[in-house]
Amino acid sequence: MSALDELRQLRRGGVQVRKRDNKAAFWFLAPWFAGLVFITIGPVLASFGLGFTKYNLIQPPRFIGFDNFARILSDERLHNALGVTFTYVLVSVPLQLACALGVALLLDRGLRGLAFYRSAFYLPSLLGSSVAIAVLWTQVFGTDGLVNRVLGFFGVEGKGWISDPDTALSTLIVLNVWTFGSPMIIFLAGLRQIPAMYYEAAAIDGASRWSQFWRITLPLLSPIVFFNLVLQIIHAFQSFTQAFVVSNGTGGPSDSTMFYTLYLYQQGFSRFDMGYASALAWFLLLIIAAFTAINFWAAKYWVFYDD
Amino acid sequence: MPAKHLGLVLIGIVMLYPVLWMVVSSLRPDDEIFRSPGLILDSLKVENYAEGWNALTPSFGTYLVNSAIVVLGCIIGNLVSCSMAAYAFARLHFSGKRWWFGIMLGTIMLPIHVIIVPQYVLFSQIGWVNTFLPLIVPKILATDAFFVFLMVQFIRGLPRELDEAARIDGCGHPRIFLRIILPLMTPALATTTIFTFIWTWNDFFGQLIYLTDPDMYTVPVALRTFVDSTVATSWGSQFAMSVVSLIPIFLAFLIGQRYLVKGIATTGGK
Repeated sequence: MSALDELRQLRRGGVQVRKRDNKAAFWFLAPWFAGLVFITIGPVLASFGLGFTKYNLIQPPRFIGFDNFARILSDERLHNALGVTFTYVLVSVPLQLACALGVALLLDRGLRGLAFYRSAFYLPSLLGSSVAIAVLWTQVFGTDGLVNRVLGFFGVEGKGWISDPDTALSTLIVLNVWTFGSPMIIFLAGLRQIPAMYYEAAAIDGASRWSQFWRITLPLLSPIVFFNLVLQIIHAFQSFTQAFVVSNGTGGPSDSTMFYTLYLYQQGFSRFDMGYASALAWFLLLIIAAFTAINFWAAKYWVFYDD
Repeated sequence: MPAKHLGLVLIGIVMLYPVLWMVVSSLRPDDEIFRSPGLILDSLKVENYAEGWNALTPSFGTYLVNSAIVVLGCIIGNLVSCSMAAYAFARLHFSGKRWWFGIMLGTIMLPIHVIIVPQYVLFSQIGWVNTFLPLIVPKILATDAFFVFLMVQFIRGLPRELDEAARIDGCGHPRIFLRIILPLMTPALATTTIFTFIWTWNDFFGQLIYLTDPDMYTVPVALRTFVDSTVATSWGSQFAMSVVSLIPIFLAFLIGQRYLVKGIATTGGK
């Protein structure tokens, strides 16, 4: 067999191998491709189109140009909803991560009963997004609720925390902080990656626990902090259930728990203004993308990569 | 050290107290719920459960069955479709793989709110509103990219020698997948099962939008209707049904703790 023949055969073989894999890959990925077209990317593109129309599901969509997007700029209830959502995200996420890190530090390194504590602190993360816990919150922070009974013990007079527009959002922030268990578990996994010898060396050099935390733990953990921050911000932007249940779907009192997602739901599924809801959905995507981009940009200045 | 344990126990009590209190209060008459912040039962009112169970028509049993159907469908859908996609991304060579993989990762971050409107339009055109299909079919089509990623990571950790040996023995990809990879990835499948169970059981947004007929209500939708309805003023029965709705989550948590912790630690779930 000549070298040329061998080369040709090799080429043919190579092409065949790639072809066979392509065909197999097509079948293995067929459900995922269909999902991409019909359930995820397809609807994302379609919602961009719908954003330029007036559509109520009954009459066919009518093209109205940039009206929906202009409305975003002038809709004052939406601006309030943005304010509520930003407050919620920017207050509850740092508090939640601070709790997660604090407790993770307490739990680190061969503590007795670690598995038990970890489970106990993690449980609220699983329950937190349920309707049942939102129902509980309605009672706990109500006028005659658990919190006021406990405050009564100390002679403090409470109030209807959820019915007061000044404090309603705070109760939802508390609820989000309460679910610090899942970032805590990610922190615990990260803490375990830090070699013990760093601390031993620092102790020999006479570094205090405090400076060990600032000079060793925090820099080495910063990629995990960043990861949690990105994840929890995206997650917090999508909060819906709690605000919906606590306010009976109204976002009240006086729009104080009107999350962006709740406003979108009202426009789309109570008023069936599908065009405006689509424009709102795209705007939300842009906001989340912008926050994530800012996060990644800022990471250059504070996230420390060992390698 | 004892101080540390004391602190941790205190934090734990403060965190779990409201839930414990809800469980105890679900067995109390209403006036006592308002009066007593403690955990000791003075008088027992088991009727709360019967009252809550039958407060809506149909009764809560129907909603539990409906939720169970949705959860089961979603679990099967995720296990089959996500493992297939993960095998392709982890083991096959195909054109544009990096590109497709990038798209898959991107969809993990895609909020449901961005796609819900056109998705609703599509599903209502084909008459799927008030069926479980809009909740289950997306899972059969591997749209929970989070699990695809989790499984890709897992398969990458399996020794390639196993598939190569099988290939030399004449196995094609379907058989390598079914006979070798799938049995070895049971931990990843368990993690997927348990997360799908909990997330689907808790999911409210999708179920609220697609299920408007009371016969099709799932537990979260029914619970919120119950709380919202003017008929139900009793906290006792509301708490009773809240407790009923949380029991499956709690059981899943007890059984699957190990997988939950591992799943979160490696991929960062909720």
